[in-house]
Amino acid sequence: MKIVVGQGSCGIAAGAGKTYEAIRACMKESEAFELGSTGCNGMCFLEPIVDIYEGHRLLKRLVNVDAAQAERIVSAVRENRLEDLSDLAIRAEDEQFLTQQTRIALRNCGIIDPVDIRSYQERDGYKALEKVLKTMTPEEVIEEIKVSGLAGRGGAGFPTWFKWNAARQSPGEEKYLICNADEGDPGAFMDRAVIESDPHNLIEGMMIAAYAIGASEAIVYVRAEYPLAIIHLTEAIKQAREAGYIGTNILGTDFSCEFRYMAGAGAFVCGEETALIESLEGKRGMPRLKPPFPAAAGYKMKPSNINNVETFANVAWIILNGGDKFAAMGTENSKGTKVFALTGKIRRGGLVEIPMGQTLRHVIFDIGGGIRGGKKIKAVQLGGPSGGCVPEHLLDTVIDYKALGATGAIMGSGGMVVMDEDTCMVGMARFFLDFTSKESCGKCVHCRIGTRRMLEVLNRIVEGQGQEGDIELLEELCYSIKDGALCGLGQTAPNPVLTTIRYFRDEYEAHIQEKHCPAGECRDLLMYYIDPDLCKGCTACARKCPADAIEGQVKAPHRIDPEKCIKCGTCMSNCKFGAISVR
Amino acid sequence: MSNCSCKDDRIQALDAVLEECGHDAGNLITILQNAQEIYGYLPSEIIYYVAAQTGVSPARVMGVATFYSQFRLEPVGKYLIMLCKGTACHVNGADTLEDVISNELGITNGQTTKDGLFSLKTVACLGCCSLSPVMMINDEVFGLLTSDKVISILNEFRNKAEGGKDA
Repeated sequence: MKIVVGQGSCGIAAGAGKTYEAIRACMKESEAFELGSTGCNGMCFLEPIVDIYEGHRLLKRLVNVDAAQAERIVSAVRENRLEDLSDLAIRAEDEQFLTQQTRIALRNCGIIDPVDIRSYQERDGYKALEKVLKTMTPEEVIEEIKVSGLAGRGGAGFPTWFKWNAARQSPGEEKYLICNADEGDPGAFMDRAVIESDPHNLIEGMMIAAYAIGASEAIVYVRAEYPLAIIHLTEAIKQAREAGYIGTNILGTDFSCEFRYMAGAGAFVCGEETALIESLEGKRGMPRLKPPFPAAAGYKMKPSNINNVETFANVAWIILNGGDKFAAMGTENSKGTKVFALTGKIRRGGLVEIPMGQTLRHVIFDIGGGIRGGKKIKAVQLGGPSGGCVPEHLLDTVIDYKALGATGAIMGSGGMVVMDEDTCMVGMARFFLDFTSKESCGKCVHCRIGTRRMLEVLNRIVEGQGQEGDIELLEELCYSIKDGALCGLGQTAPNPVLTTIRYFRDEYEAHIQEKHCPAGECRDLLMYYIDPDLCKGCTACARKCPADAIEGQVKAPHRIDPEKCIKCGTCMSNCKFGAISVR
Repeated sequence: MSNCSCKDDRIQALDAVLEECGHDAGNLITILQNAQEIYGYLPSEIIYYVAAQTGVSPARVMGVATFYSQFRLEPVGKYLIMLCKGTACHVNGADTLEDVISNELGITNGQTTKDGLFSLKTVACLGCCSLSPVMMINDEVFGLLTSDKVISILNEFRNKAEGGKDA
């Protein structure tokens, strides 16, 4: 038997590292079972997760395992009495989170040991690269990708084969293949999971693409905020080079290609491909004017092709299983599967990979288990700062580039943040504008100044200073930024505002006209209040208040000083008598 | 300049990085990342030094250093608190946590406490969205935070620092 601890970033944050060490400490020198490590299987809500295997067969999945359980687990495995661990086993309803998914990009995540190349090879790893190099021409590879209908998973949804073909056709000896792993959309983490949990899959997909376009170097541009992903990628590159999948005369063929990564330094705009290229060249990440497109003049002004991590993560599977099998999934204009990072006020949050064409409702309720704490869903935010909010009444929209686009949102890179009735939609729009105004590179006036003006208007609305005409002013600014910005960041920055105005105009009006936040979230419009008739003077609130804003004698009603109150709600959650309310 | 020798070590380490990067301005970001790793931040003399070594203007180096959020031009405290303000953390109450931390430490985003113990920096997304709200102190991630939990974590770090002093 083998005990395997999931140690992706989420798992480690939940304490998986301590669990792993504790299990190791409980093991004797010679045990009949092994201890191993894997990446993230996407069930972030159950971390830390410990799987017990017999060969490749999963015997038992234990969830929320803290270090204190190590002793029990080790002795149960040693004595082959797994039934003793049934209180730790995953519940049947939580298992549905995985059983309802179709995994291609994430097929190895949480199963293999990410930093052991043999573990990847055992699951058909690098067979696709071998097949491509030994039996297919670059044109045949591009044709297979064309048949699959694979489109860019970073957000734009541009056909992958078209970009590859353009780079292939572009004249020039020196070409580059670049992976955009600058996952900047706050709320999306599938690219991090792929690099951390299955780095060889990314490398294999990239090497196939490099062969298809004729690149001599493949480069991953990865976010510096993902330290574990960088460690795993570094190790995987080393192993792949040693095994002969990177370098000169790969697998004894004429094909040679180098491979390296570069860590980004924190700039959302670098997700835009020409800005990313500028950054790769050691400059400020400011987008270039297109054309020329990267396929003609990209990195070092040489023909280059850029795809996102998830796009590459599908490539090896398509080569081995056939493009038609991939295209059999999904809708007329969106093929294959898509990974979503399901977060927010959701019961079961994590990574979800499903065939295109399923509804948002299915993902949120059947897979995600609906809203936490018995609240009602209000909306789901797709596509991060470039996307929009889809309201509850449109949750039957199918996941498809066109259908989601029609709602005003976008497919995006796969961030899916679920909001309940306590989330203020004006506050949400303000949140994204705060983000894009800071991340605007400053090149285009409309984006640089326009997003700032929009943020000022949104700030005054949530602070209770909104004026008649503010909604119209916002709309006017939105359209001029869309028209006046050079790159995707500016062109899409107004989307969160436009969709919230479109679907939640009444919330904007309530803030502006009645100085009231219907969700009860905008703190300047709230007042915490202690009911003197209900307060027993237990002092619990005063002791817990981080701002020392509550005064009162023991056994006498307390009072909140509104000047000092930071409206954190700690008092309300600590009051046993329900004496504290929000007005 | 009592710590000349250690300064030399640092310059030597930076020279090794510059050598490895071929003194090429195309690797400016990587060079600055390493310089920050060595010095803890990017002192202005290092900006000039890197410019001279890579053959570009100090303005070009400064332009890169100020464009990316990872680079700091000021030293940071012993414990760098990175409070995640990503979408999921926002929805789950990160703004309140920022107020709680600011209130507790008497600093706002980007500042360092007078005793040099804590610096606060809000970041776009740490990628641990399912554990939101999240913060990272140095290399350790703390998830599913509440106001109470944040204060007790800060106190733990304070105690740790004091214990270190005594020892």
